[in-house]
Amino acid sequence: MNDVDDILNSTPSVASMFRLQWEEVQQCWVLLYPEGMVKLNGSAGEIMRRLDGKKTVQTVISDLEIDFGTTGLQADVLAFLEIAGQQGWVKA
Amino acid sequence: MSEIALDAGMQTMATTSTVGPPLWLLAEITYSCPLHCVFCYNPVDYTQSGVELSTEEWFKVLRDARAAGSVQCGFSGGEPLVRDDLELLVAEAHRLGFYTNLLTSGIGFTPERAKALKEAGLDHVQLSFQDSTRELNDFLSHTKTFALKQRAAELIQSNGWPMVLNCVIHRLNIDYIDKIIELAVDLGAEYLELANSQYYSWAQLNRDGLMPSREQLDRAERVTNEYRAKLGDKLKIFFVVPDYYETRPKKCMNGWGNIFLTITPDGSALPCHTAKLIKHLAFPNVKTSSVKEIWYDSHAFNHYRGDAWMKEPCVSCPEKEKDLGGCRCQALMLTGDAANADPVCDKSAHHHLVQEAVAYAQVPDAQRVKVQPLVFRDPINSRKLSAKV
Repeated sequence: MNDVDDILNSTPSVASMFRLQWEEVQQCWVLLYPEGMVKLNGSAGEIMRRLDGKKTVQTVISDLEIDFGTTGLQADVLAFLEIAGQQGWVKA
Repeated sequence: MSEIALDAGMQTMATTSTVGPPLWLLAEITYSCPLHCVFCYNPVDYTQSGVELSTEEWFKVLRDARAAGSVQCGFSGGEPLVRDDLELLVAEAHRLGFYTNLLTSGIGFTPERAKALKEAGLDHVQLSFQDSTRELNDFLSHTKTFALKQRAAELIQSNGWPMVLNCVIHRLNIDYIDKIIELAVDLGAEYLELANSQYYSWAQLNRDGLMPSREQLDRAERVTNEYRAKLGDKLKIFFVVPDYYETRPKKCMNGWGNIFLTITPDGSALPCHTAKLIKHLAFPNVKTSSVKEIWYDSHAFNHYRGDAWMKEPCVSCPEKEKDLGGCRCQALMLTGDAANADPVCDKSAHHHLVQEAVAYAQVPDAQRVKVQPLVFRDPINSRKLSAKV
């Protein structure tokens, strides 16, 4: 398997230091951590909310493509997951 | 508790032209405290504060603030563990969807209370080394302090909370920064905040005794960097220099009425925890106004919001949006007018006041002629000082 396949088959979840929640007043998903907050944009929020530690990244991409009636999201999702990994927001 | 931690945590939030929600609610639930820290930021006249809000009144504040968009809630004081309804307040904040933070010295943090706070949904404990100075030797020799902090640290770890330690740094302990870092390592901390004392309230009274010399500061930063290199990811260390050593002021509280809302023990609503020293502003109270009214409509919260209040040199300064003219409280304390530039800024006509304080900090203790004894934060001193305020 190559690196991309490894990622597509992984089942990431929100890292334990963070809590993901929808903020009604701000109308966005946020990541909360000790004394701080990361405000997620629309697509980042939609990806993060689907990471439950059970679904594979491949499934998450398919779900997003179905839910938003589109195709070709793989590159965007993988790019976001790379950032999210670097930031420590997700664990594999 | 340190405002720097709060500040740093919210840096992802950009200032916008429209007024955003009060994302950070700091609930100062009591001024009672078993400690007597000489750098305490509580008002020197804290003994004149009104009756503490009841449990039900705090519930209303929490509900109200959450509806207004607050998302982080810090329980602070004084020592918040002094109140025996802390667990109830945390549970309500958790139920409402707040991320809940407890800012404590660890005194009163028993296994029973830790368990109850965990069950109430507490998300995070920031443990401070905010004792010492009166017992400086204990602190430095790790004896009593170490035993107390070790018990608190074990409770934090066994309950699965992230370990964030905070230590206020000043002239009297800065030379022992290596010991402080090692203490944090021994306690298993993940984050250590070494925050130089900022000169407000009790710390302002004690400024000459607390401000480190440049040499002390340079050495402390060097030692901290050596430990950073040695420890790597094991312990993340934040080192905050005193703003008196800067030439541009801090963007205090990320802007007046921008993110932070402090509620004092008697229900006063403030844009930062020291704003009450600005006596010409009548700060609203949660007993008579809703959080939304306070945040969006009150005179006090709108007065220094944005930049319309600015005078020269701020008003024509190309950097004015970067720091919003610094700290209104510091401008008032040092220049007599809260609308002046923070004199930390070298463009301020009052910058010499900061330079003089810094110059005095270079005088070794042994060569100082008239040395003011440190004033400890306690009820007797507070009542004496209240007569003068």
